[in-house]
Amino acid sequence: MTDTQTASTVAPEAPAPTREAAPGVVHGLYTEGEPIVDTKAPKGPIEARWNKRKFDAALVNPANRRKLTVIIVGTGLAGGAAAATLGEAGYNVKSFCYQDSPRRAHSIAAQGGINAAKNYKEDGDSTFRLFYDTVKGGDYRSRESNVYRLAEVSANIIDQCVAQGVPFAREYGGLLDNRSFGGVQVSRTFYARGQTGQQLLIGAYQALERQVAAGTVEMFSRHEMLEVVVVDGKARGIIARDLVTGEIETHLADAVVLASGGYGNVFFLSTNAMGSNVTATWRAHRKGAHFANPCYTQIHPTCIPVAGEHQSKLTLMSESLRNDGRIWVPKNAADCEKDPREIPEEDRDYYLERIYPSFGNLVPRDIASRQAKNVCDEGRGVGPKVGDFRRGVYLDFTDALKRMSAEAVAEKYGNLLDMYQRITGENPYEVPMRIYPAVHYTMGGLWVDYDLQSSIPGLFVAGEANFSDHGANRLGASALMQGLADGYFVLPNTIRDYLAKGPFPKLEESNEAVVEARASVDARVQKLLSINGDRSVDSFHKELGNIMWEYCGMERSEEGLLKAIDLIRGLRDEFWRNVKVLGSADTLNQSLEKAGRVADFLELGELMCIDALHRRESCGGHFRAESQTEDGEALRHDDEYAYVAAWEWGGQDGTPVLHKEDLVYEFVEMKQRSYK
Amino acid sequence: MNLTLKIWRQAGPKAKGEMVTYPVTDISEDMSFLEMLDVLNEQLNARGEEPIAFDSDCREGICGMCGLMISGKAHGPEVTTTCQLHMRSFSDGDEITIEPWRADAFPVIKDLVVDRSSFDRIIQAGGFISANTGSAPEAHSVPVPKPKADRSFMAAACIGCGACVAACPNASGMLFMGAKITHLGELPQGQPERDARVVSMVSQHDHEGFGGCTNVGACSAACPKEIPLDVINQLNKDLRGALMRGE
Repeated sequence: MTDTQTASTVAPEAPAPTREAAPGVVHGLYTEGEPIVDTKAPKGPIEARWNKRKFDAALVNPANRRKLTVIIVGTGLAGGAAAATLGEAGYNVKSFCYQDSPRRAHSIAAQGGINAAKNYKEDGDSTFRLFYDTVKGGDYRSRESNVYRLAEVSANIIDQCVAQGVPFAREYGGLLDNRSFGGVQVSRTFYARGQTGQQLLIGAYQALERQVAAGTVEMFSRHEMLEVVVVDGKARGIIARDLVTGEIETHLADAVVLASGGYGNVFFLSTNAMGSNVTATWRAHRKGAHFANPCYTQIHPTCIPVAGEHQSKLTLMSESLRNDGRIWVPKNAADCEKDPREIPEEDRDYYLERIYPSFGNLVPRDIASRQAKNVCDEGRGVGPKVGDFRRGVYLDFTDALKRMSAEAVAEKYGNLLDMYQRITGENPYEVPMRIYPAVHYTMGGLWVDYDLQSSIPGLFVAGEANFSDHGANRLGASALMQGLADGYFVLPNTIRDYLAKGPFPKLEESNEAVVEARASVDARVQKLLSINGDRSVDSFHKELGNIMWEYCGMERSEEGLLKAIDLIRGLRDEFWRNVKVLGSADTLNQSLEKAGRVADFLELGELMCIDALHRRESCGGHFRAESQTEDGEALRHDDEYAYVAAWEWGGQDGTPVLHKEDLVYEFVEMKQRSYK
Repeated sequence: MNLTLKIWRQAGPKAKGEMVTYPVTDISEDMSFLEMLDVLNEQLNARGEEPIAFDSDCREGICGMCGLMISGKAHGPEVTTTCQLHMRSFSDGDEITIEPWRADAFPVIKDLVVDRSSFDRIIQAGGFISANTGSAPEAHSVPVPKPKADRSFMAAACIGCGACVAACPNASGMLFMGAKITHLGELPQGQPERDARVVSMVSQHDHEGFGGCTNVGACSAACPKEIPLDVINQLNKDLRGALMRGE
């Protein structure tokens, strides 16, 4: 299972050569290796599995914990919660983030809410239903054991956050309020106006700072992890750059946790923060950690449309807006330039309500996004033209304002509507908002077993950085749930089974593998600064993003993906010849930071396309043009593709190796999704 | 529109800084302020000048990482974060000065980037509720009256950007601290540590070199999350009570 590569330093700057088809190489692009299995999830009744694993996982004597060092990269919900919890337990934790403070991790931007199977509304919710909804929402491409555990600990998360002082929305009686959220029919979403992520993250951040004060956690902000140290097949530390002084530092430990978030910024324009990147997980991938389902990306339907070429990022508005807003475009393309208020009711196409009468505007994200693309492709998009197209649909609050009152709408959605107005200069209380899908979340990530351990022993992966719980599509309000589940409750219970085997032999910085890892980081930094070409890092990033959005975005085809792979290779080759990074290595150098991240995106992008190409079915966020029903809905092929695609790095000049992990459904019957 | 930018350039923490003038042309009113700086940085990069360092991350007004003094105002002319400020707030021909936050407790790292770790250390001093993972009771076991929950939430909206400090003539961090005191102090869960929290946080605040509050109110006026000035009253009241009780 853990066919881990030994540590090696590969010259990162060499462009991938043109690959010639060798025997066993599919499409000339990849080879297939041995299947893999998750050996950690217990068998038996699904509701007993997590308790059994917690019991079977070895314990670490409290007196020994302080002798064990755990490095945690990333301070979002997963990383922050894990650092705080392991600190409380008495381990010696070193926590890293690239931002100036752990409180800024991008979890903070999540708006809508967090799911938990509390059944406070007595509307038929249960742990099993949350599990069922999540497996179904993920289009039957996630593991039952993992998802059940997620649903099981969800209730504990709410208790924990309330105890920390997270100010969730409450009813007049003083009890917690819930709302329903995209894709489900029960009200199980806890929220704090449109700032749920912020409030949950501040809770985790405060718990983390409490441990910093207690001396159990040492905080390294403005530090970026640039390499994993793998010694004798085990993850034993990281190489990080102090972003202020430029110093390359070696940090050694008994285990390493990556909680570094998703890779949506491979598309350049996404709702991710400017600094969100794949570097931590990609460097680990190159050292032997399998990357699972990289093509599973989520396009969020309710974002503010692109305004022009200068755009640096896209802003999401919580899809809770779909609870009360109605989505439409004009029936006739000729009306697209009109003031929407002058388009009469009978000339509007409320297309989601028309196509999906039972779920209407609350269909899952992938469906809402693709239908928006379809109506715009038909020429019925609204808003300004960017390029040749109008890319926008209306999200209309007129009915809600009549039904509720402006005050009630403001109470529920005020900050979102204000944000819209600030960005677009239009007043959503008077004019329907315009929205368009944008890349928002990546379900793929490093492959992990039930213990959240990657294919490198001692390297654990939590939160969005792993692939484990959302299958091919994530339901709304489930990212916060998974981040905190992993950080507070799962990882601290599973990592102890590994740590109980330690402390591991003391490592010296002079160890050969450590020296090599550090030298490779140094060499890469120097290389980036020495190319001194003609093009800025951003220009490469934008071009990569355009390729990915065009060919590996909402709809993918064999022809497009093959083209994208060629384009990416050419671009990567040019990057290493022609990028221009000014400044020096020994100060704050934001261009250099970006250059390293884009270099890794240029490699990841190719793997995403290969993954999308090999999966000749549509499922969740992955829509292959060749695999759709007569109605244009995603068509899965469970007989061929009910597996996790875990990719092993094939070396700088090699081809990636596909390892399949079969997905077995014992408790949920696989069905074709229908939201009609 | 065409603009003249006067921007603070400083090579490093100990280097001497200066204002440098950069004209920019063809700026769209739909650009955010930071996208306008992105455009300038691309131009600087193309002609071999090192781009201007400035902090930003989420660019949707919630992470608190961005923050510039724009023509003398923290986050510029609108009540919002720098990343959410759009160029439609300016006019063709404007001259705009751009400086980093200025406060002893926020030393400059480079150009427009400052070190705000003093805020983290104030939180370390007591800006939390001690509740180890796993020790929490059932969430509904402690109801919180909605007015208190709402006031707590209002204060918890603070994003820790530091505009309050930058706007204050005394470079005081009282609004930031008052927001945390109010967020946690309004909740039943926050009561056991309430006295110790306020004393410890105020002590750390003063130790970091922030100034005292003289009721100017510039902090609240500059706050992108509109934290009201009365959180400072709450802070003072809590501090007075805690000291009287011998904390």
